[in-house]
Amino acid sequence: MIVASHIGVGPVETWATILTVAATAVAGDVLTAGAMRKIGDLDAIRAKAGLGGAIRAVVSSPMFLLGVLSMAASFFSLLFTVSNVAVSLAAPASASLTFLGNAFAAKIFLKENVDRRRWLAALFVFAGVFLLVK
Amino acid sequence: MKHTLSPQRYLILLAVMLTASVGDTLLAYGMSQVGPVSMAHLGLLLHAMRNPWVVTGILCLLGFFASYLTALSWADLTFVLPATAFGYIVVAFLARFWLHEPITPCRWAGILLIVCGVGFVANGPSLTEHATEDSVTGGSE
Repeated sequence: MIVASHIGVGPVETWATILTVAATAVAGDVLTAGAMRKIGDLDAIRAKAGLGGAIRAVVSSPMFLLGVLSMAASFFSLLFTVSNVAVSLAAPASASLTFLGNAFAAKIFLKENVDRRRWLAALFVFAGVFLLVK
Repeated sequence: MKHTLSPQRYLILLAVMLTASVGDTLLAYGMSQVGPVSMAHLGLLLHAMRNPWVVTGILCLLGFFASYLTALSWADLTFVLPATAFGYIVVAFLARFWLHEPITPCRWAGILLIVCGVGFVANGPSLTEHATEDSVTGGSE
């Protein structure tokens, strides 16, 4: 049940649940992106093995399946969070933290070259999403 | 980092932006017709699956996931994610002009920031070139 008011949880619990949503979302994004990087160019696979071959390549990747599990965990932890924390805080905070967390995780785990341009983009999107979803 | 995208791949990114936002808006519109769903009335979810707006919304979101995965197979996560954030702006405009919801000054500021953020990465390289990587060539110059 989604409610728009605070239901008696302390600030520690509030931020623990919000961080759980963001952390599982980041894990889902990074695992999915890592899986797609390992699988390779889907356009090329589809050209060679057809749509079925591309779908098989994706769903047979354990890393991809783990990523989807993390995304599902994020979804359900968001449902849990918004039933205990004001949705006006939970939604923008978790969405913004996910964007920022992804920039860090992509640099550390996917070894992406997150240069100044991409850090600025992450910060602007972090702030923008917070204001937009608020 | 020297990869840039072909026009076809920019179309995939456009699909990432549009399918997510249109799908979310269609779901919101469809669910507003279905009514509130609670744990005591989960059967309403089955009823929602017969609503054409909800079904079209789900199809759009499936299209989003397919185009998102395709984009991640040839571009960095930190390149694709700002594009997904651009979808928030499309949702805001659809909510304003189709669902007639107001956009507050705070939201306009958020839209401006996201546009700037997307602009920062849009003209930059799309893929990090790793020394050991020799198979990723599609769409690069």
